[in-house]
This record gives sequence, structure tokens and C-alpha cells, in this order.
Amino acid sequence: MDNEKDNKTQQTTIEPMDKQTPWAGVHIGEECSGAEILMRALYQEGTKTIFGYPGGNIMPVYDALYTYTRKPTPWFDHVLVRHEQGAAHAAEGYARVTGEVGVVIVTSGPGVTNTMTGVADAMMDSIPIVIIAGQVGVGALGSDAFQEVDLVNMAQPIAKWSYQIRRPEDVAWAVSHAFYIARSGRPGPVVLDFPKNAQIHKAKWLPGKADKVKSYIPYPKIDSKAIQEAAELINNAKKPFALVGHGVEIGDAQEELKQLLEKADIPAGLTMLGLSVLSTDYPLNKGMLGMHGRYGTNLKQQECDVLIAIGMRFSDRVTGCLDRYAKQAKIIHMDIDPSEIDKIVKTDVAVIGDCKESLSMLTKLLNKAEHKDWIASFEPLYEVEKREVIEPAIHPESGPLLMGEVVNAVAEAAPSDTVMVNDVGLNQMFSSRYFKFGHKRSVVSSGGLGTMGFGLPAAIGATFGTDRKVCLFTGDGGFQMCIEELGTIMEQQAPVKIILLNNNYLGNVRQWQDLMYDYHHSFTHMLNPSYDSIAKGYRIAYDIVLNRKELAEKVARMIATDGPYILECAVKEEENVEPMVTPGSSVDEMKLHLNI
Amino acid sequence: MEQKFYTLLVYSENVAGVLTQVTAVFTRLQVNIESLNVSASSIEGIHKYTITCWSDANQIGRITKQLEKKIDVIKANYYIDEELFIHEVALYKISTPVLLDNPEVSRTIRKHDARMMEVNPTYSTVLLAGLTEDIADLYHILDGFKCLLQFTRSGQIAVTRSFDEPVSEFLKAQENS
Repeated sequence: MDNEKDNKTQQTTIEPMDKQTPWAGVHIGEECSGAEILMRALYQEGTKTIFGYPGGNIMPVYDALYTYTRKPTPWFDHVLVRHEQGAAHAAEGYARVTGEVGVVIVTSGPGVTNTMTGVADAMMDSIPIVIIAGQVGVGALGSDAFQEVDLVNMAQPIAKWSYQIRRPEDVAWAVSHAFYIARSGRPGPVVLDFPKNAQIHKAKWLPGKADKVKSYIPYPKIDSKAIQEAAELINNAKKPFALVGHGVEIGDAQEELKQLLEKADIPAGLTMLGLSVLSTDYPLNKGMLGMHGRYGTNLKQQECDVLIAIGMRFSDRVTGCLDRYAKQAKIIHMDIDPSEIDKIVKTDVAVIGDCKESLSMLTKLLNKAEHKDWIASFEPLYEVEKREVIEPAIHPESGPLLMGEVVNAVAEAAPSDTVMVNDVGLNQMFSSRYFKFGHKRSVVSSGGLGTMGFGLPAAIGATFGTDRKVCLFTGDGGFQMCIEELGTIMEQQAPVKIILLNNNYLGNVRQWQDLMYDYHHSFTHMLNPSYDSIAKGYRIAYDIVLNRKELAEKVARMIATDGPYILECAVKEEENVEPMVTPGSSVDEMKLHLNI
Repeated sequence: MEQKFYTLLVYSENVAGVLTQVTAVFTRLQVNIESLNVSASSIEGIHKYTITCWSDANQIGRITKQLEKKIDVIKANYYIDEELFIHEVALYKISTPVLLDNPEVSRTIRKHDARMMEVNPTYSTVLLAGLTEDIADLYHILDGFKCLLQFTRSGQIAVTRSFDEPVSEFLKAQENS
């Protein structure tokens, strides 16, 4: 099939730029190399920071970057990571805190295969990133040339879009489409495969500006009938309950959500990725949903009469056993992605479209309501959880240091707008449960894919997207998966506060081994290196907390210190995260204590 | 849930690699494709995939939505047989000596409205355009005559009973948006 022909048919609006003003010496319509066109296209898309790693088949692009990252008027910051996986996760972290597209440039073959975990991660969690990868020249494609890999096909199942730019004429078109597709609708990762000939050869620079792709509807038109039906269900509800996800953050609809919740007096549970949609202390925020979420918030899903899911996808970690999930309730599902409707949970009313608009439309049709008794019924369950689980986790009086108390100490010492990044495992569950959020776009976590190693590079990326404080909670397992990025921190002086919750275990798997595999700790115990020595090697400030007496003081010192910091916390080795909806259980069978 | 035989009509941009994307959706949901035909549609630059499979009502809905989620796929719809005009083409290569020895062979071919495309001393080629059942029926009879040398079929192709391509309205709406 004919790519060039396709480009012409898909070419949409091109907004002419000022023809009198040369960009770095080149006027619109004048010839320059594909690599030079890429620089202009990235600049036009508003790219400020690029995370990358050079290599043979991307050298023409890096040669152009040499010019465009120089003072006095650099177009971009380039962050040299230490491994391409780190570049992809850093771009994710940047995208999450800014809402902008994270950009990665890497070489072909192993360079780009190393980014694939990040691509899959971004797809699962709807993160807009664009990966631009070198490739062998088109003449060598399919010949098993050095560092050649069939990238477009490899990326297709895990990316929102993947495309090979075979000619310099196509660069501006492809980049504008890549950014448009990555950031619009339900965001996601886009992979551009950029053969070397297209980087080197010249073409006329004609800026592209995509605002439409004929096969793609990023913002489906909202059906007003569905809004009416949803309003009717909510107006007649006695026990309405909202499940709020990351989609509200993506849609920047936090205020619209609050207006709806407050008008109809609806309590809300938050998914792990949606934890900063509402402030932790917001009265209608009833805390995290899911396997290790809030006790009452899980139980109440089985008691509500109308369940309103907003920008969430009914992950199996949220629903527990599907056969018994919320069968008593009418389900309203509001999502921008039609393929999410009825995928997991059968919906009574589907509202498809941008939640910023649909929430406003819905709120207008809602009656002012009060559900005092219903909302008050969450309280006794919270009190039980507080007494049985929360207080013992965050304010223990004896025994070894616990993860929950470290998280709580950091949450109390850090500014309320701090960005909380976590890795995967027990550190993720404890930090999600006990960190406090007071600002939107403050959660950076690998939700769907559960990528160990995500945390450190994602936190680095976050620091390039915000001036807010960035605190990373990581375990000893995940930390070592991308530990080479300490080099990036050192070089960039990225001010990540790393709270290393060291329990000498792959703790979450160990907990499951206790629960389901007769305490067989099959390769989950870890011999750890001296993190003090590692921190010294990378010239990063380091301290260790060995007991709770010194915790508050050392956390305060970390928060007050400028620049990067590693605070290792020697936590209890075999601590379990509770409560838990054990695999196969219904959410109302959540156990406060596992008794293992 | 009850398994039914579905036909999907999928329309895509004319770009490289869409076939892989389309088939990957079926693979991921563990659905075997019974037949697959790809060709140009009546709209310039738009390709049409006719895909048949056994599935249930929930799963076929998921497949269709996942297909439409692909950026290069324009539209996907699923149908049951009654909603479509469906045909299939088959070629049967048979032994000419058997054909000449047994008059029942040529009688059977005529009875099925099949056409003799080529006859030479060693083999003959027969073409049948029709419903899947007719094609299968002729296959079994010819096989019984021990004259079948080769056999191939196109997989189903289908047009809807609507006036124009089911994607036309969508494309018009997109052009005007």
C-alpha cells in the first residue's frame, strides 16, 4: 500500500507560519534535512524537554540537537538518560505532571526496544508520549541490518499509533499527527520510526498542523439523551456513589466534578491514578478504591443504588470478583473511550465524551440533594479501619519502622502540592494509601502495567515538568531496576527526594507467597548493596532512618535540602499491606487483617 | 453465551500494516478468524475487510470497539447473515479422466450451477460462486467421486442491504466536522 498517497489524503489543516521569519536560518518552503525539519516540528508542537539517548541510526537528529540545545537561545533541553527505558518513563512522569506530551528520542534496535515497557505502560495509563526512534535507511529495511528491528509492527499492539517516516517530506506531517493523536481524546503513546535516509535527505520545510484525522474521533459528541437518563437515575437515587478515575485529571475536570458531587451530595471513591483529582481532606472524598483501598469505600460499592463511574475503566484491581460486583446498583459509565463501555461491567447508561463537558451538562440537570445518612454511613467503617489498620500503620508505638509511618511522616513534612511518585509493590500501596494530596496532577504511578523500575525515572521526568517538590517512594526491588538513572539525577541535579523503603524483600510478592503459597519465599528475599556507597558514587545526599525516633527529623532535613536526596528507611522486613480484597473475593469481602 | 456466526465489515485507511493491527485484535481476544478477505471498497483510498468468525454478542461488540479504536481503522460493524448479501467463490481442480469416465461428475457440476473454466487432458478447473453451504456441498460430492486434485475458496465477501457503504455517512460527517 502507498504511504505517500495516504499522507496526501490525510493531510489536514496547515496553518502557515510567518513566512518572513526564518527559523534558524530557514524560511518556510526552503529546503533542509529531515532532521532539521524534525527540530522545527518539535518546536512548533511546544516541546521544551527531550529525554533521550544517542546511537548510530539517530545521529543526524542528534547532530541537529547539538545546535538547537545550545545557548544563548536553545529550543530544547535534552536530558541524557542512562538507559532508554528511563527515557520513556521520564517522559511519562513529565507528561503526567504537565498534561503535555513527553518526548523521547532514541536510536534503532535495542535503543527503541528498551523503550517498549514505557510505551506499554503509557498505553495502559493513557499517558501522552511520543517516541522518535532512529531506523536503518529504507534501502536496508528487511535485510537484518545492524540494529534493525521491525518497530512499527512491534509497537502496534501497545501504542496508540505507530508510523514509519520514510521520506523527509513526511516529517512535519508525521510529527504533527503524532502529537495530535498522542494528546487528544484518550491520550496514549505514539511511536515514530525514522529511517536514517529520511533524517539526512533534504525536503522543503512545510510546517504541518494536524487537527483532524478522518478515521479518528477523539472527542465523541455527547448524547444529551444519555445525560438525561443519567440525571434521572441520580435524581432518584438514595445512595449514589461516584467512582472517579484518572480520566477526570486528564480532562482537567476537577472543578466540574466537585460541582456535581456537591450539588447532588454524592460521596466519591478514587482510583489509584485518580487520587489527586480531589484533595485528601475534601469532605466528599472517601478515599482510594481497590484491592488495598479504603475499607468502607470498597464495601459501599456493594450497597449503593446508583454507581457513577467517571473516567475510570473498572480495572480488576478495583472490581474484585466481577460476578458479584455492584449487582444491586444501576451503573452510569462516563468515559471518553467508547471501547471501555460494557468492556468489564455492563452499563445501564453510557455517557461517552469529554468529562469536562459531560459533567457540566449532567450537573445542570441534577436536583439539589442531600444524602446525609448515606454519607454518614461511611464513617463507622472508616473508624473501624482507622482503629484496626490505619493508626497501627502510621503511628505504631513499638517494633521496627513501618512503611506507612514513613509515608505519613513525609506527607506531613512536605508541602501540600507535592508530587508523589511511586514505584510498584508494597511501596506503591502504602504511599497511595497514606500520602496526602492537595493539588491536581500530583500522582505519578504505574497503574495498569505495574512496571517495577518506573518510579525513579518517572520522578526525574516530573522534576522537569514542575517546580513543585517531587517525592519518590520506592522499594529496594524497583529502585534497583532502573538504578542507573541516579547518573541522570547527578548530571541534571534533578531534585528528586527518594524515599527508599528497604525491607530486603520483593515485599508484595512475598505477601502473596504468604497468603497463597504456604510461605514459600521463592526468590523474593534480596541481598542489598550499600546504598550509602552508591549515593556517594553518584554524589547524591544520603541519609538512613533506622528507627522511628529519628524519622521526623531526618524527613524534615530531606525536605529542607535543595537538590536530590536519598533517604533510606530500614523498614520491617515482612510487613503486609492491609486491608486487602484477596484475589477472587468480592469487594465487600475485604479483609481488614490477613492473619498471615 | 450463545455462539453465533458473525461477519464483520471493517473499513480502513490505505496504509501499510493495518491487516496486522486488525488480526491482532482477534488474536488477543482468542477468537479464530474463519475467513478474511481484503479489497478496495467503492470509496477511493478506503480498504474493506470482510471477516467471519464464531463469537457471542458481548465478545463481538468488544472486538468491534477495539477495531474502531485503531487510529487507521475508520469503521467496523458486525452482522449476522440475514443482514447481508454474502457470497463466496471456490475453485475445484479435478481429474479430467475421471470427469470423462463418470458422467455423474459433470451432471453434479451442472446441477450446482458451477462453471467449467478450463479443460485439458489431465485436469479441469471448475468455478462456483455461491453460498458457503453450496460450495461445501459440491466439495463433498466431488471428493466422493475421487476426482478432486486441488480446492480453494475465497472466504466470504459481503455487501450490506443498506444503500451505500456503511462507512459513507461517517466519512461525510467527518468531512463536515
